[in-house]
Amino acid sequence: MKAFTYERATAIDAAVAAGRNPGARFIAGGTNLLDLMKVEVEKPAHLVDISRLPLRGIAETPDGGLAIGALVSNTELAAHPKVRERYPMLARAVVNGASAQLRNQATTGGNLLQRTRCPYFYDVSKPCNKRMPNSGCSALQGVNRMTAVLGGSDACIAAHPSDMAVAMMALDATIETKGGNKDGRRLPVADLYRLPAETPQHETNLEDGELIVSVTLPPPPTGRQTYRKVRDRASYAFALVSVAAILDVDGDRKVRSARLALGGVGTMPWRAHDAENGMAGAEADGKTFATAGAVAVAGAQGRGGNDFKIPLAKRTVARTFADLAAPPSKD
Amino acid sequence: MPVSPLLTRRLLGTTALATAVATRVHAQTLETQTAAAPPPPFPGNIDMQLDVNGRQYQLSFDPRTTLLDALRDHIGLTGTKKGCDHGQCGACTVLVNGVRMNSCLSLAASRDGDKVVTIEGLADDGKLHPMQTSFVHADAFQCGFCTPGQICSAIGMAAELKRGVPSAVTVDFAAQPTASIEEVRERMSGNICRCAAYPNIVAAIISATQGTPK
Repeated sequence: MKAFTYERATAIDAAVAAGRNPGARFIAGGTNLLDLMKVEVEKPAHLVDISRLPLRGIAETPDGGLAIGALVSNTELAAHPKVRERYPMLARAVVNGASAQLRNQATTGGNLLQRTRCPYFYDVSKPCNKRMPNSGCSALQGVNRMTAVLGGSDACIAAHPSDMAVAMMALDATIETKGGNKDGRRLPVADLYRLPAETPQHETNLEDGELIVSVTLPPPPTGRQTYRKVRDRASYAFALVSVAAILDVDGDRKVRSARLALGGVGTMPWRAHDAENGMAGAEADGKTFATAGAVAVAGAQGRGGNDFKIPLAKRTVARTFADLAAPPSKD
Repeated sequence: MPVSPLLTRRLLGTTALATAVATRVHAQTLETQTAAAPPPPFPGNIDMQLDVNGRQYQLSFDPRTTLLDALRDHIGLTGTKKGCDHGQCGACTVLVNGVRMNSCLSLAASRDGDKVVTIEGLADDGKLHPMQTSFVHADAFQCGFCTPGQICSAIGMAAELKRGVPSAVTVDFAAQPTASIEEVRERMSGNICRCAAYPNIVAAIISATQGTPK
């Protein structure tokens, strides 16, 4: 690990000011940043520890939504009664990520900003445009089973690793920041992320020193919701494909509204608006759900090792909606 | 003045080597520390306090030091194991303010003032913690390297269950989860056992969790 200087921020303003120092990075749970520092993918000159800032609350908003402090741990987020009751998709996404120990440490803000687990990003002996711009992408011709089939470019096909962020995308969450040029703003979580294009090193639209302080969920949409994750082992593994789905069916078994976001397949958490729009008003049946799956991955590009993700995503979407359309049983 | 075995065997050896100075806050050990004339701390070292197993430690070290390295190399508590050092194996699991965490993925500096419990701090006056006893009775290990992490993790897991924290296999999020085989396997997936003593580990945890008064 490269040497760095360390300070602990005691107030948000002070944290933001410290974050403006050259080479400064915020650290909260540290489960991803510290790991990357150990392999020297990340080499911050200065760490601003924000873990003691008063951002651990979860509060109801006047309109019936939920405001989640950026430092709420993944465990506390999933365990919160309001999250479990009204946003079960989010709770389920969170408990499907990482291990219990990591969820106790990892924060809501940090989870949104976690980096890809593409092995070439981690391996400093290999070219990687994300880690070292213009060095090339080793995954294009390399071991790319875990990489993205949506949103990639010839510069980068690294998959976004988060489960939580996929649910946040489906729920139309908004983040609130402090610092940056505007000294704080609100932006939809969908606008937080960037596609890699020619500059995969820029993963988000946050500015240097801009700090996420909270994430707001609007009131839960009508319908049943869930999160399904398909992975190589039953627990503690990144997604091959994951699906966050919400389905509202009317009395005539027609789709009133649907939402769909996918994980494991995109270079960012992937919202499938076209698939959602195509479902509105259609019969809530297997054909509609299969079509939704096909539309969701229209334009997907396999790179060999990850070709299987395209049919797997189609089927996972169809199966997840079918489960939601079935009469309520246990969930 | 009596010197604790901990201080002589572990700590003084470590300080002689160098990056850190650890001082027990007790008056007698402070005197011992002065007598040992530790090397001056490097510029940029950070000072902090840690409560480990009920004892107060005043520490000064390089900011790169993880909680795991602070425990093992600076305080001398080597019961907590370094497996992968990347948060994947769980061997380094300790309880921080009662919550299980991977000590390898936490900067020690971030834990200033926190209460840490390691495998060495579980027994009460020589009497094993019920989870330890249960691991012994169920023969829940082979080589034992992962065991300190497994036991600390299991104790943290039991507290999470009691608080109603859901898991990926919890079907009904409104109901109180129980220590079923399926739940324990899922909740302990952050602790790897390369001897594959899993069946007995699960049995030990279920036995201890059900046997512990709630």
